[in-house]
This record gives sequence, C-alpha cells and structure tokens, in this order.
Amino acid sequence: MSSEPVLDVQKLKTYFYLDQNLVAKAVDDVSFSVYPGETVAIVGESGSGKSITALSIMQLINKPGRIVEGSIRVREKNLLDLKEKQMTTIRGNHIGMIFQEPMTALNPVFTIGNQLTEMIRKHKKVSKEIARNKATELLRVVGIPRPDAIMKEYPHQLSGGMRQRVMIAMAISCEPELIIADEPTTALDVTIQAQILDLLKDMQKRYNLAVLLITHDLGVVYEYTDRVIVMYGGQIVEQAPTKKLLSLTKHPYTNGLLSSLPNMEEDVERLGTIKGTVPAAYNFPAGCRFSTRCPAVMEKCRQINPPLLQLDADHFVRCHLYEDGGDE
Amino acid sequence: MYQYIIRRFLIFIPMLIALSIIVFGLAKAAPGDPFSGKILDPEVGMEVYEKQRAELGLDKPVPVQYVRWASKIAQGSFGESITYKGRSVESLIKERFLNTVYLGLFALFITLIVALPIGIYSARRPYSLIDYGTTTFGFFGLAVPNFFFGLVVIYLFSIKLGWFPAQGTISSTKLTGIAEFKDRIHHLVLPGLTLGLASTASYMRYMRSEVMDVLGSDFIRTAKAKGMSANNVLYKHTLRNAMIPIITLLGMELGPLLGGAIITEQVFNFPGIGTLFIGSVINRDYPVVMAITLLLGVAILVGNLLADIFYSVVDPRIRYD
Ligand SMILES: Nc1ncnc2c1ncn2[C@@H]1O[C@H](COP(=O)(O)OP(=O)(O)OP(=O)(O)O)[C@@H](O)[C@H]1O
Ligand code: SF4
Ligand SMILES: [Mg+2]
Repeated sequence: MSSEPVLDVQKLKTYFYLDQNLVAKAVDDVSFSVYPGETVAIVGESGSGKSITALSIMQLINKPGRIVEGSIRVREKNLLDLKEKQMTTIRGNHIGMIFQEPMTALNPVFTIGNQLTEMIRKHKKVSKEIARNKATELLRVVGIPRPDAIMKEYPHQLSGGMRQRVMIAMAISCEPELIIADEPTTALDVTIQAQILDLLKDMQKRYNLAVLLITHDLGVVYEYTDRVIVMYGGQIVEQAPTKKLLSLTKHPYTNGLLSSLPNMEEDVERLGTIKGTVPAAYNFPAGCRFSTRCPAVMEKCRQINPPLLQLDADHFVRCHLYEDGGDE
Repeated sequence: MYQYIIRRFLIFIPMLIALSIIVFGLAKAAPGDPFSGKILDPEVGMEVYEKQRAELGLDKPVPVQYVRWASKIAQGSFGESITYKGRSVESLIKERFLNTVYLGLFALFITLIVALPIGIYSARRPYSLIDYGTTTFGFFGLAVPNFFFGLVVIYLFSIKLGWFPAQGTISSTKLTGIAEFKDRIHHLVLPGLTLGLASTASYMRYMRSEVMDVLGSDFIRTAKAKGMSANNVLYKHTLRNAMIPIITLLGMELGPLLGGAIITEQVFNFPGIGTLFIGSVINRDYPVVMAITLLLGVAILVGNLLADIFYSVVDPRIRYD
C-alpha cells in the first residue's frame, strides 16, 4: 500500500438542509483512502450514510443535500474544486458506479447498445462503429450470451441478473481506476448474488480495478474484501483490514453487527438485530452517536463524541474504551 | 399491432350504435320539433304542418324513426338539414369541418410550444420565481372560462390594439399561396389562443410534474454517473421518458378540443363545426345536431385509439398483440 491512493477522501461532510433549523448530518467528517487494486467494504445499518458517501464522491448529491466540507482527491485533483462540466469527465471515466436496483437503473426507452455506446463515445471520442464493437465485446466479457442480440434489446427484456451484468459492463467500459458498487446484489436472487460478485472480482483482477463495495452482508465482506470501513451515524466508527476486523473486533457496534450473525452460512441480508434503532441523522445524541444503544456505555460517552483513534498501523476505532493508547 | 388496431375498430361498431341510440333518444326526448319553435302563420292551417311533419317522418313511432335514420347513416347519409332547406347535413359539415380542424391544430401547436418549455423550466427550478409565476398562470388558465377569455382578448388585441381580426377565417377570398396562409394564421391567433388556454395550463402542469418525476428516477442518476452531460441527461434521458404520458394525453385531446371549439367559435363568430352546432341547436335542426354529436363521439374514440398507438410507439415496454 505504498503507492498513491486512487481515491482519498478527507473530512467529508454532506448535510441535508431539511428546513430552517433541521439539518441531517448524513455524512459527518469521513476520511478514508482506497489504493489501486484493493477492495474496500463499507458496512453499516440502513441510514448510516453509506450511499451518501458514495454519491458525494460522484458529486451526485441532490437538494436539499450539499457537500459542506472536505476534499475528495482523484489523480491529484480535488473533485470538489471541479466545475460540473469537468466532473462529467471523471464520472464513468475514472470512477464507474453500480447501483442497487438493476430493475430501475437502466433507461427503459433506450436499447442496451445505445446506453453503452453513448458512454463510450462520450469519454473515448470514438466513432459509432468502434463504440458498438467495444460495447458488444464488453457484454461478452461480462458473460452475457448473444451479445449482438442483446445490444438491440431494451432493459425490460432482460432479467435482473443480466441487467446487473450490463451495469458492470458499463462501469468498466472506460477503464476506470475505481468502481463504486452500492449494494450491487441486494436486489438479486441469492443464487445470482454470488455470480455477480464473482464477476466483479474477475473484472477487478482483469483490469486491476480498485473497488469500493457497499454492503449489508458480512459474509460478502469476509469473502470479497481486503479492508472494511464500518459506518454508524454518518461517521466511520471502525476501520481495519478485513481479517483483522473480524477477528480483533474493537468497536462495540462492530461487535453488535457480528454477534447479530447466527452463523456465516445463513442468509443474512439485513443487519440490525442490535437493540434499538439508528438515531435519525437530524437528531443524533450528544456525545458518542452509538451511546443510545451501546452495551458498554459510560458517563463520558454521553458528553463527548470520541475521535477516531489509531490503534496500530491499519486499525482505527472511534470509542472511549480505547483512549490513552491502549485497551483498558 | 395491425390485428390490434383492427380489433379496436371492430369494437367501435357496437360503441357507435350505442352512442347513436343515446343521441337519437335525447334528441327525441327534447321537447318540441322544428315547427314548434316557430311562430306559426295563422293563415296556414294546422293540417299543412301535420303534412310537413309526416313528410319528415316525425309522426312515426320513435324506434321506426331511429331505424330509418340509422340505416341512412350506414349508407353514408345524415339526411337533410331542416334549417338550410335542400342542403344535406354532410355538405354543411364538410364546408366547416376543415376550419375547425385548422383551429384545433393551431391551438394544439400553441399549447405545445408554450406549455412544454415552461413545464421543463419549472421542473428544473421548482419553487423559483418563474415556477410560481407559471403556476399562478396555470390556475388562472384553468379557472377562466373560454368565452370570457375570448372576449378579453378581442377587446385588447382587436378593438384596442387592432393587431388581430376578431372574427372570420380570411379577409379576402382572392388571396392565394403564402399570402393566404399568413392571412389565415392571422385570423387564427385569437381564437387559437383562447381555445388553447386551458390545455396550455394543464399541459404545463403535466410536463412539470412528469419531468420532475423522471429527474428523480434511478436511471437519470445512472446517466449522470456515466458522465453524460447535463444536456444529454435532460434532452435525451429525461425528455424521452417524460413525453410518454404527454403524447398519450395528446391523443385524448381530440374530443375536448372539438368540444372546446364549440364555445370558442361562437365567441369569435368563426365558421366552424361549433357555430354550426349552436345554430342548429337553437333552430332545433336535429339531423345536424345528431350528426355533429356523433362526430364528436367518433373523435373521442379515434383519439383514444391514437393515444394507445402513440403509447406503444414511444414506450418499448408496451406491445399490443
Ligand atoms: N434526500 C434526502 N433528504 C434528506 N435526508 C436524506 C436524504 N438522503 C439521505 N438522507 C439522510 O442521510 C442518511 C444516510 O442515508 P444513506 O442513503 O447514505 O444510508 P445508507 O447507509 O446507504 O442506508 P441503506 O443501507 O438503507 O442504503 C439517512 O438516514 C437520511 O437521514
Ligand atoms: S464511546 Fe462509549 S457509547 Fe460510544 S461506542 Fe464506545 S463505549 Fe459505546
Ligand atoms: Mg444505501
């Protein structure tokens, strides 16, 4: 990990201004990096700010949301300094994105071929002919049978799994350095899920991509990722290499996530068997954001939100239990 | 697709028969006949009127009259007008039909070029000053009755400013070519605006909500995430989807447009189907009234069929077979 990161996010804050004095701090002071070729997972319960983090990187936050602070560096450039027009040369070109809902993520009135080629032509400035050939080839690469025929078909003619393959073909079409996949398999049949994740893994090896994989599924984290970022209440609460995080878990929240898994084999789609519910992003408790649900809560926790502490070279945790340099 | 259209046309037949029975029944149920409204000449004996009634078949039982009327229509004849002695109903309608078609097309044209851009603009900047302004105009357009708006524009643009003629379709029958076309358009402006007002207002609102809907959809986010330009996202990905319901509505507009023309033509003394209809109602010229009512019914049926056909053309998810 000595090389330059492909993505470096620092102190990112994305807030939603719901009305005069109601601000939802969906992402609040998030910093992390992704290095070439690695797969980083973001996990956390619903509403913890995973998707908003991803959309902030792409600068696809809609009103009333706004990136308030921070920097997002890709190739030495801070994306937050770019004009919207310059940003269109980053999206799809340097960062590809795959969404959760393959059923609605493709435009229903244009053919698959049209939607693939327009993107290739935008970024590669090639002729229609070359773009079509490349698109057909990509469909073949992502394992779509009869790619020539599928080019002329509309999204509704394909199954969910096939559509997600098309989305992956799109995401890799302009050879980006990074792919952000926001719960790419949550909406798919269990049998298809593994196929899609395996495909993603293949593509990653083949094109040496970095992948930021947002997921609810700790089984997926275990099997497919190198590093994990655990989010809660718009903040990172723990970050470590996957094996380390799963074996030397520090944060009470991460512990809760893990113990809510009866065993890795079972179908665990949604986390959230930790007692209580995630506080709303416009109504976080004072102090530690997990203090309303934490089994180890202390007096201090209700007053001061702990900073993200570095335990060793690659393990970070946000919890008062680990203050003063060690576990007491 | 063709089979579907043929099937739809076959369904028209029973619908038209039902419609014709209703139209005929209503016409018969209305009190009086072409003679009862007139001040009868006391010199002429009652038996003369009775004879004329018999000539028109008005003394026969109603079902018999209906069958006579309907079988003539099936042969393409709507009978003779009562007011315009010796003129067939078809020739009267034919003479004015094109005028009404031009008026309708012109109103539709105004609706589209005004409503769609405004709707798109409002959708992109919701709750902006212009959005509020056009929303207000929208409510105004829907609330103000046609005839009142017509009188206002006549007063302003014809009487006060003298920009546009207040009635008729052409200033001189000697005009030809481009000059004739320009003159006809000049005559169409005020009635066209009036007829198009309500639909402009409602299409503006439709377009606004459709574009806003589509802008919030997943595939628009995908298009942006692909790096497509703002123009591509709006004009290709958004509009193509937002137009689907609009195009469908356009087909349905045929009936209301003809119906609205009835009032508008009256205000502008415009020689179309509408003025003919009102005149015939006043004169109890039932053959004409019934023919025009049937025509309106056909327009609505054809409009709905067109809407369905358009729908399948613009939306690849819709297939009829
Ligand atoms: N359009 C919006 N308007 C207001 N608040 C929003 C909006 N979108 C997101 N938020 C806030 O941001 C928080 C984080 O949302 P986000 O979509 O990032 O959650 P997530 O971690 O992706 O959850 P999920 O697992 O359900 O996808 C939400 O709890 C919500 O309060
Ligand atoms: S800081 Fe306190 S409340 Fe927060 S996770 Fe640690 S122990 Fe629990
Ligand atoms: Mg999400």
